[in-house]
Amino acid sequence: MNSVDLNIPLSRLSLVFVFAAMAVYTIAFLIFVWNLSQASSTKKAERAKATQSEKWGFGFFATAAAIHAAGVVMRGISAGRVPWANMYEFSISGSFIVVFIYLLSIRVRDIRVIAAFVNGFVLLVLGSATTLFYVQVKTLMPALQSYWLVIHVTVAVLATAFFNIAAALSVAYLLRGSDWVANSKLKAIAIVRRVLSVFPKEQQLERLQNRFNSIGLLLWSFTLIAGAIWAERAWHRFWGWDTKEVWTFIIWTLYAGYFHATTTRGWTGKRAAWLSLVGFSAVIFNFTIVNLFFKGLHVYSGLK
Amino acid sequence: MASSQRSSDLTPESSDRTESPEIGVVGWLRWIWRQLTSMRTALLLLLLLAIAAVPGSIYPQRSADPNGVTSFFQGNPQLARVLDALQLFDVYSSSWFSAIYILLFVSLIGCVIPRTLVHYRALRSEPVALPTRLQRFPGYRKITSDASGKHVLAKGEAALRAKGFRVIVRAGSISAEKGYLRETGNLMFHVALIGVLITAGIGGGLSYNGQRVLVEGETFVDNLSSYDSFNPGVFFKESQLKPYAVTLNKFEAIFDLKNPTNIGTPLDFRAHVTTRTTPDAAPQRSLIRVNEPLQAPGANVYLTGNGYAPVLTFRDPDGQVSFSGPVEFLPQDANYTSLGVVKLPDAKTQFGVLAFFYPTKQQLKTGAFTSSFPGLVDPLLSMNIYVGNLGLNDGSPQNVFQLQVHGLKKVAGPKAPNKAVQLVVGQTKKLPAGLGSVTFDGIKRYASLDVAYNPTEGWVLFFALLALASLATSLSVPRRRVWIRKFEGGFEVAALARNDDPNLDSLVDEIVQSITPKKSSRKATK
Ligand code: HEM
Repeated sequence: MNSVDLNIPLSRLSLVFVFAAMAVYTIAFLIFVWNLSQASSTKKAERAKATQSEKWGFGFFATAAAIHAAGVVMRGISAGRVPWANMYEFSISGSFIVVFIYLLSIRVRDIRVIAAFVNGFVLLVLGSATTLFYVQVKTLMPALQSYWLVIHVTVAVLATAFFNIAAALSVAYLLRGSDWVANSKLKAIAIVRRVLSVFPKEQQLERLQNRFNSIGLLLWSFTLIAGAIWAERAWHRFWGWDTKEVWTFIIWTLYAGYFHATTTRGWTGKRAAWLSLVGFSAVIFNFTIVNLFFKGLHVYSGLK
Repeated sequence: MASSQRSSDLTPESSDRTESPEIGVVGWLRWIWRQLTSMRTALLLLLLLAIAAVPGSIYPQRSADPNGVTSFFQGNPQLARVLDALQLFDVYSSSWFSAIYILLFVSLIGCVIPRTLVHYRALRSEPVALPTRLQRFPGYRKITSDASGKHVLAKGEAALRAKGFRVIVRAGSISAEKGYLRETGNLMFHVALIGVLITAGIGGGLSYNGQRVLVEGETFVDNLSSYDSFNPGVFFKESQLKPYAVTLNKFEAIFDLKNPTNIGTPLDFRAHVTTRTTPDAAPQRSLIRVNEPLQAPGANVYLTGNGYAPVLTFRDPDGQVSFSGPVEFLPQDANYTSLGVVKLPDAKTQFGVLAFFYPTKQQLKTGAFTSSFPGLVDPLLSMNIYVGNLGLNDGSPQNVFQLQVHGLKKVAGPKAPNKAVQLVVGQTKKLPAGLGSVTFDGIKRYASLDVAYNPTEGWVLFFALLALASLATSLSVPRRRVWIRKFEGGFEVAALARNDDPNLDSLVDEIVQSITPKKSSRKATK
């Protein structure tokens, strides 16, 4: 690469789209929360209105996703490459993939009830992306100029999306199964209890959590292998216990542990759900703390 | 579907419950072995392995970041000694980390072998007999029908066979099973993991890697003495090195000068080299880039770093040359503010130079310099000079990038009698304290090359991909059992799946459908 042309005005427009998407996501989020309160209402007339508000919620959610997608694509075009070379780009692309996978998944399995969780999470990610992680468009460092960036990172983002949805299901599972929530006399908890009554049965939640985690684990295994192949090209060895490699390994091992837990006697149910959350915490930790503060060869936050 | 039922019905291995050990050594050993190969132990070891890997990402590791370890020792010697005793700077080769993964793999082998035998027998045996009470299974249907027993069994068998089930028809009932591939995949997955570990282990023993910094114009010949540093595996023999030669003709570093948000970002690094595979082979030109190593005989040559090497000539007061040649400077920041050291043990008065190189100089408010662009726009060299015994004569090894200033007298630079000696390309300047003169002849670039050889990489990849494919198989193939029983005035169908299987109900419906196609003539009760 001898010279490049970055389209800086387009990258600014992309940011505007990301902000617009956040605004619409916020509306969708409020509708989803309202919808949950309707669906869990003690009054029958209120409950009947829930179907309608859910439709509105998904309408806004899908619109936000479309604006979000446009923002991501523009960022890619303005940089002349895939839009996931630093934390800002990784966040906006990754959160879009979460939304995309979620919207696809609700056609296969009925997981509409976790919309508020997913929506809230995406807002949180976009919020940190625009405030904490924002960097202007840049070209790729030579080490990142490889088609493995496309393969390795795409799959990692996909895996994260599946782990993310599974984690939302685990939270729902734990809340539903919690004795404390079931018996607490607090008013606020009573509301939570009613909201939870809208959710699928625990067994159903557990099964879904399992499915999403298993797809996540497969994709993560692929991420790990693709990363090793790339490391062989870029750094002369396929595995060197670099910080990021260590965390990829830890996450993989935790989810392998999760699968052993779900297939052995003593460790199903709550313990498995906790493991699923521990695994996802490691994913988040890897993306935030490890990227920003740990030393290693993978320095791509783009932040000084 | 209750999980307890699922496992007790389908898990081939007998039990991981603690049983009271038989008396005697053999009994104990057997008990220990059973504990070690239980799923619970495997799970604990896996989680332990994950936790044990964490400190290696917190503390610098000798294998990945030896300088980090050195500076940790300098900054915090007491803590460093404690951590070192706990092998926390060598986590991944430490005895405790090794103990966990070796135990895990012993457990794995001890688990996989019996499971393989069980699975092999299961593959050859008939589907399990009809349980007495079918009602307790999740996909249960009871159908009132006037169809004959012969009809029910024949249709049921045909439907199940069409779906790929293994079917056995007994008197008045059918047992069918499908999805052995799930267990096959799972076993293959675990075996492939063993394959990864073994091939990676062998590779670690046979492999080597070495580093060499090559300035433009220099040639590297592959033998031990040409390396700046070299890390052989335990089985490495020097005869493995093939005497090929690599000459760095030119190093190109391209930085963005055009896009405002991107000024100074490296766009490409290219090492133009000439290689000779044997001393008398024809020379070949090629290009090494990051991500694009050169395939040399028996090894790959990777580009891992680069920097500037100002060419300097030092002369004694009488004009005698005491040093002449390129000096490799280490970049300190993204704009290649670089630090270099020259030691002149052969000068009339022994002295050392600690020099800063700014490819594009910019003066800060404080008067100090920095570099504002990594390319050579306005280069400047600034030298601090130290006089005294450099300690090179006692033969102890020294870092070429470090000058031990302790015990030396600073004669030029900040807080010294004279200002730092500053030069642009082509300039010659007199040195203070009667040390002679220095000429800045020109600027070359250097490339840091890594030569690495690992003969089992392909095998590791093979087993890793095998593990991935088997895992995919084992996670996606449903394992199902179906039973059909004929009774007076109707029949029952029951199905059981091992894992999450949302399609189980529709499978049962389809089977019922194919036995009694006309909807009106049957009445199903769940
Ligand atoms: C390096 C260590 C290990 C890793 C990474 C690992 C990973 C996995 C994974 C990811 C699964 C899920 C596959 C699936 O659900 O089909 C699995 C299943 C299983 N593993 Fe392991 N495993 C390891 C060691 C062991 C050991 C030591 C044992 C025996 C004690 C064992 C026994 C099993 C069994 C029985 C299953 C089947 C679960 C089922 O599908 O019912 N594994 N393993």
